[in-house]
Amino acid sequence: MSENTNSTTTDLDYKKAKKKEEMKQQVVTFALMIVFTIIAFTMVTAGLDKLFVIPILIILAVVQVGFQLYYFMHMSHKGHEMPSIMFYGGTAVAFLTVLTMLVLVWW
Amino acid sequence: MSQEHTLNPEVFPDEPEKATLEGKNKFLGFWFFLGGETVLFACLFGTYLALQGSTVGENTAENLFGLELVFIMTMLLLTSSLTSVYAMYHMKNNDFAKMQVWLGITVVLGLAFLGLEIYEFYHYITHYDFTFRSSAFGSAFYTLVGFHGGHVLFGLLWIITLMARNAKRGLNLYNAPKFYIASLYWHFIDVVWVFIFTVVYLMGKVG
Amino acid sequence: MSTTIAQKRGIGSMLWDYLTTVDHKKIAVLYLLGGGFFFIIGGLEALAIRIQLIKPANDFVSAGFYNELLTMHGTTMIFLAAMPLVFALMNAVVPLQIGARDVAFPFLNSLGFWLFLFGGLLLNASWFLGGAPDAGWTAYAPLSTTSPGHGVDFYVLGLQISGAGTLIAGINFLVTIVNMRAPGMTYMRMPLFTWTTFIVSALILFAFPALTVGLFLLMFDRLFGSGFFDASMGGNSVIWEHLFWIFGHPEVYILILPAFGVFSEILPTFSRKRLFGYTAMVFATVLIGFLGFMVWAHHMFTVGLGPAANSIFAIATMAIAVPTGIKIFNWLFTMWGGSIRINSAMLWTLGFIPSFTIGGMTGVMVAAAPADYQYHDSYFIVAHFHYVIVGGVVFGIFAGLHYWWPKMFGKILDETLGKITFWTFFIGFHLTFFIQHFLGLMGMPRRYWTYGADQQLELGNVISTIGAFFMAIGAIVFIYNVIITTAKGEMVSGDPWDGRTLEWATPNPTPHYNFAQTPLVRGLDPLWIEKTEGRKGMTPAEPLGDIHMPNPSILPFIMSLGLFIAGFGFIYQIDDPRWLIVAIVGMGILLGAMFIRSVKDDHGHHIHKEDLEKGAGL
Repeated sequence: MSENTNSTTTDLDYKKAKKKEEMKQQVVTFALMIVFTIIAFTMVTAGLDKLFVIPILIILAVVQVGFQLYYFMHMSHKGHEMPSIMFYGGTAVAFLTVLTMLVLVWW
Repeated sequence: MSQEHTLNPEVFPDEPEKATLEGKNKFLGFWFFLGGETVLFACLFGTYLALQGSTVGENTAENLFGLELVFIMTMLLLTSSLTSVYAMYHMKNNDFAKMQVWLGITVVLGLAFLGLEIYEFYHYITHYDFTFRSSAFGSAFYTLVGFHGGHVLFGLLWIITLMARNAKRGLNLYNAPKFYIASLYWHFIDVVWVFIFTVVYLMGKVG
Repeated sequence: MSTTIAQKRGIGSMLWDYLTTVDHKKIAVLYLLGGGFFFIIGGLEALAIRIQLIKPANDFVSAGFYNELLTMHGTTMIFLAAMPLVFALMNAVVPLQIGARDVAFPFLNSLGFWLFLFGGLLLNASWFLGGAPDAGWTAYAPLSTTSPGHGVDFYVLGLQISGAGTLIAGINFLVTIVNMRAPGMTYMRMPLFTWTTFIVSALILFAFPALTVGLFLLMFDRLFGSGFFDASMGGNSVIWEHLFWIFGHPEVYILILPAFGVFSEILPTFSRKRLFGYTAMVFATVLIGFLGFMVWAHHMFTVGLGPAANSIFAIATMAIAVPTGIKIFNWLFTMWGGSIRINSAMLWTLGFIPSFTIGGMTGVMVAAAPADYQYHDSYFIVAHFHYVIVGGVVFGIFAGLHYWWPKMFGKILDETLGKITFWTFFIGFHLTFFIQHFLGLMGMPRRYWTYGADQQLELGNVISTIGAFFMAIGAIVFIYNVIITTAKGEMVSGDPWDGRTLEWATPNPTPHYNFAQTPLVRGLDPLWIEKTEGRKGMTPAEPLGDIHMPNPSILPFIMSLGLFIAGFGFIYQIDDPRWLIVAIVGMGILLGAMFIRSVKDDHGHHIHKEDLEKGAGL
């Protein structure tokens, strides 16, 4: 009986520690996101060449969104196969749509 | 029914948001909904990008946007994303009081963001005479950013309703999925904002 | 038995039952009634169009009214008839086919239906309030942004509301199919109709947001003074075309894929053979869904997107012929060597294969971008899309209704009347539309209200109109069949066709919890497997226990009503700002109902084990 309770408690402690560890990762992710944002804003205020700035801005945004999805929204956890399929499906259509509006809108 | 589901830490499941079939359905359905929302915002972004230069001699992105305010707004929303992660962390540890506190902070940050956005729109309208009807660029700008603002407002109302409704009874397996998907929604709002500050403001400023 | 109880309870309580129901089987009936109602309206509009075109310089209707008729015919048939009828079949069948007791979101399922219905009613209210929309079902700007009156406003608000309902229904089916399958029902054991429902729901999820945005922009331009499509403000009307077709092309696959699913169920059952090439059929479905998102600009070849874009979209479009061809051949091979029974459901299926193939071939013709400059906006296009939508979707709906009528209503539709319906409709269909290919090639443009006596278009148009009346007769016979079957038909067993899939494992009438014990699925065509091993029904996967079911709710009806009221407010606020009060009241009703839904716990109810044993099937 007491042994049983003990093992549940250790299990619980382990899970708690794991969650805590993960929370630390989240804070690191957050710090990186803040850094990326600052880099993005600084690059624009510094007035660098736009052909250089724009691709980097887009890369920074995509990486930041990846952080949001995989860490903050837990897409890296298991059980997210279907959510990933549908979210990336939406992203594919989204990409095509934006591309179309950029290059296929006839003036 | 719900009272039975108020659980002590020992039996509180690892993923309370997915412990019931209803929870699993909500979780999956909401993710799918976000897939659709991605297309919705892509259409708005696409329209904005197509009409970005259509200023017909009125205000352009370059002369309108100031980056200081946008930077503050970005920091507020990013931070609110982290605070809602904290809220979910405490939800998984079955610590209702702390979850409510972190959600409360999220709401305050969200309100601040929304206030600044309203101020920003007001500023453009009164100082620059830049409105929804000024040009196709104006229409596209207010529609894209306004849709995001509408999502923020809806998210705030949603989280506040959840907090108030469950304040007295605490966490259980019936409301845990509700809190979880509200926080997913909040993160998604942040995802959209990352693209808004990049595409609309920063790239608009670069020209 | 349940009907007699309902009659005893009186009409009032039955009405309340249907207003509040969250049972997928009853929602299927509601979709059938709603879709059937709008199908009749759309059909009357079609007849008016055909009467107008029966002779040159006819004045049966005015030019303006003709524009309203053709706009409403297209819009009604696509959004308010075909889609809900397809949803009726999905709701009736899919949960049963996967061995589920209900859908994932019963409340949202009901909300989806009421949003569709109120959206459709709002759209059709325009007939009585100063004129229907008249800019075509595609509502191209700037025609739609400058169309006078409130017609196009009704189009925008009506479709926005019913579109929201469709999106909700799509998400519901996706989650239902992912999460609610019975034990052993793996993805590669799902019946083809369930597969097509799954793919279609994904298409809805990704396509409808584009329509939502397009309609919002159109609404802002017309009602709130924005300039998205107004060239004088720097707007661009090509944006509308893109948004509309990014939605619009997947939309036609949303319609046709469920029909493919229906035929893929009927053919194995009545050939007493398993579906030929099941795996290929599944992947063809996925591929059609995937390619469906890469081809929308073939509707815009003549816009001037440039040869590079036109070529890409032309090739992508032609590629769709490959998976579709795979399907056609698999259906034929399913019948090959089978012991075939021909009844009404099979007749519609057999009629579908050549009819749809013709539509597919003209599809490849119009996919050739240079040739499309000739076909564009001519009757050739009208003929093409009616061959795929009537010859594909409508045939599929008729086939599905004949096939699943005993599951939905417990009775088999009269076979003689069914065959009369098929032959009149089938002959009428080809009379109406085959000749239109040639009318188009002779230069008859679509959407014109009349033509000259010297253009030699009269004979073809007379034939076409005669055909349309044959189709009308077929539809009337079908309705008569429904009435006569309901009144006089005999109840049959739960498995009248000697079926193969799970839906035939339930008794007749299907209890509202579908399966007292969740069935164990041991392969493709699970019921057939049990039959070949000498068992009468499915092996249960669980002991008899309490069943959890959702509670009925009136809130979906109230939410939709709120949006309906708000719709009028938004439309008329441009005439008088006081109408904004109506819009606010309507939105208030919606938000209030959402708030109640949010704060009021709804844990559903349990059907107890003892009651299940006592009821033994009821």
